[in-house]
Amino acid sequence: MDQGPGTATAGSFISLSENEQRCYSGLCTLCQADSSGKLAASKVGELFRASQLPVETLHQITELCGAKRLGYFGTGQFYVALKLLAAAQSGLPIRLESIKSELPLPRFSGMKNDGEVLLPNHSQNSDAQVLQAGATPTSATRVTADRGNFRQAESCAEKQEPRSPSLSPISSPPGSPSSYRGYTHGAQRNGTETLAGQLPRGPGWSFAQPDGSSPSHYGGKPSLEHPTIPQAHSVERLVDHSAEDYHDNPWRITEEQREYYTNQFKTLQPDLGALILGAVAKNFFTKSKLPIPELSHIWELSDVDCDGALTFAEFCTAFHLIVARKNGYPLPDTLPPTLLPGFVEQDGAPQKPVSEEAFFGVNQQSAEPAAPEKAEPLISFEDTELVPAQQEKNKLEIQAPLAELTTSKQELREEPSKSVFSPKRVSKVLDKPAENVNRVAERPDPPHELDPHMRSRTRPRSYSSTSIDDAMKKNEEPPTPPPRPQKTHSRASSLDLNKLFQQSGQGLKSGWLPPPPALPPRPLATQIPHFIPATEKRSQNAVQQPNFADFSRFREEEESSAKAEEQAKHSQVSASTEDIGPTKPEGVLSQPPQKPFRRKYRPESQILEPATPTPVPPTPSYAPTSAPSAGGTKSSQKLPSRQKKEIQTAIRKNKEANAVLTRLNSELQQQLKDVHQERITLESQLQVLRPVAFM
Amino acid sequence: MAVCIAVIAKENYPLYIRSVPTENELKFHYTVHTSLDVVEEKISAVGKALVDQRELYLGLLYPTEDYKVYGYVTNSKVKFVIVVDSSNTSLRDNEIRSMFRKLHNSFTDVMCNPFYNPGDPIQSKAFDGMVSAMMVQAC
Repeated sequence: MDQGPGTATAGSFISLSENEQRCYSGLCTLCQADSSGKLAASKVGELFRASQLPVETLHQITELCGAKRLGYFGTGQFYVALKLLAAAQSGLPIRLESIKSELPLPRFSGMKNDGEVLLPNHSQNSDAQVLQAGATPTSATRVTADRGNFRQAESCAEKQEPRSPSLSPISSPPGSPSSYRGYTHGAQRNGTETLAGQLPRGPGWSFAQPDGSSPSHYGGKPSLEHPTIPQAHSVERLVDHSAEDYHDNPWRITEEQREYYTNQFKTLQPDLGALILGAVAKNFFTKSKLPIPELSHIWELSDVDCDGALTFAEFCTAFHLIVARKNGYPLPDTLPPTLLPGFVEQDGAPQKPVSEEAFFGVNQQSAEPAAPEKAEPLISFEDTELVPAQQEKNKLEIQAPLAELTTSKQELREEPSKSVFSPKRVSKVLDKPAENVNRVAERPDPPHELDPHMRSRTRPRSYSSTSIDDAMKKNEEPPTPPPRPQKTHSRASSLDLNKLFQQSGQGLKSGWLPPPPALPPRPLATQIPHFIPATEKRSQNAVQQPNFADFSRFREEEESSAKAEEQAKHSQVSASTEDIGPTKPEGVLSQPPQKPFRRKYRPESQILEPATPTPVPPTPSYAPTSAPSAGGTKSSQKLPSRQKKEIQTAIRKNKEANAVLTRLNSELQQQLKDVHQERITLESQLQVLRPVAFM
Repeated sequence: MAVCIAVIAKENYPLYIRSVPTENELKFHYTVHTSLDVVEEKISAVGKALVDQRELYLGLLYPTEDYKVYGYVTNSKVKFVIVVDSSNTSLRDNEIRSMFRKLHNSFTDVMCNPFYNPGDPIQSKAFDGMVSAMMVQAC
């Protein structure tokens, strides 16, 4: 390369590399589902798709960059892949040598960000230079610089999730790093949806045609690709496998749960890197009210290094086990791989304030509904903690813990929390690139990595059956849904007459009984004029209105009721008592209780008097019924059974109504007393204020 | 093969005792109990000497015609006793030592568990597993 372009490229290379770095790091953060350093394969797949390269090309790229080999996209692999994408887009064969030369930034279609548009433009100069370059001495310098970049990127990538390149159809917005956070939400959600679609397609990837249809000019790629193809397949299968299990695995810690655990850890030990002493942990876990032997077992499982203290990872594990246990899952004999501290450590978690007591209280609540959830998390299983991949698809939830961690609820909350979680993760990743570099060395075994990667990748997915719970939230624990609102009304709010009349069986609670279906509603029409529309119970008006008509009818029939007296007293009594039932509550509820009360009581007293044949006001609408009943009674001899049944039902209902009314009565009496007392106090105050005048 | 493994507390009551299921397991319990005397004798033999001078591994406590009894004492006066069947090809000393080492490690792990109160019977599953492995495998 001539020096001009060489220097220019060198200069621009530096800037381009910075640019590349910026872009790549931005894309990295976009693709990262968590801060463990591993890229979400779904995001990566989306990105790759957005590059509008053929599938085979993308496969080659993934294989080349080493993601296939590793089973996931680390930062380094991702950067290499991006460079390969750029190479492919610029028409270069996809080889590792291609990335040594300066490349434009990969272009992704469907990107909304202007930054992305600018970057390719910026790099077009170098693009031309690249085309000219080939293997040149200047490219050598670029190579070294590139490699430096690459190494750094690679080091950053250590802790990233393993993601097989998922080719989700949704194109993720690349954006500039500043806008990545905004896009991460959508990307994550999209990733969630596409993940499901992606998995079945994974095995469908045809590696069979690496060279055939790829428009890129690959020459002899097959040699490079073939060895990686079986790896890719196995990775795919593993991905599918673990991704499928992710939903149902109660031994996975959901992000929500992890946040909760992190918060709890901080309450015990502000430094996330420090240890929680055994005594402290013991006191804390004892609050979960699990039996000590189980807690001891949980400790044994989670304290992997057996030092008598819990690291953050161990703490999460222990907490998760507790959550799962609270949700009803039997404790495993050995630690499930997904709960290994090595696995756990890869995930950082933002904090959310949660009260410990709330957690445990919720825990218990969740334990009761228990059931089929985890979530715990995530949270059934009786099997195999040892083979998480084969665990049954019981619901998890614990947890998020517990019934609160119930997985169903966790699932529900997982979705909203993910969107909140992802930007935090992105920000965290962006803020601590150095931290990632330092954590290069931590590399659990590839299988473990695969699990966490799968987990983190599938994490955005909601549990189909909801964990933990169990298992985990469940339940576990931890993410415990708020306590269920009481279904029962308080007295003040229960007096919704309309509602009550529509419902049956709530009479006792609310003091109302629905009118007996067999009989027309007993109106309080006679009393309505005396009523002041209740301020407390507005519904009464509505109820009274329909009754008003009845009451008027009632009055009319009052006179005719006298005729009905002769009729079987039973029918009268029953009808009247029934009538009283609905009327009484209405009357009772009216604010000025005097007249209506008296009225009600009068008829009631009258009715209750066994032998009173006096025309009972409440027998108004009785008239129509009494007439038939009278007729019926006349012919009662002919149909005694039917009447008896009616009478019995009426009696029953009246008794219920009586019970309700007496209760209401007592309550109202109490209110009356209170009001009297208030009046007395007010009067005394008044006297105090005017002592002289009244002496 | 270890026929019986016992962990004796400092106060000479058993924290953990487990033997191969036979018709007369009580015999092993009795053997372990009587071996405690020998253990006491050995650890008191050092007298006022510092604990460091006393080796943890006590070696063969006493042989009978049916089995041999080995002892091990920790610095906290917790005693491990292993009863080995004599009919088996005699185990090398190293093997016995390794067995005791494993026991000691597992016991330490149990102690590390904050939920375990020293003096309680050992109910750790991990410990059980380790002991079972020794009883089945050691030959």
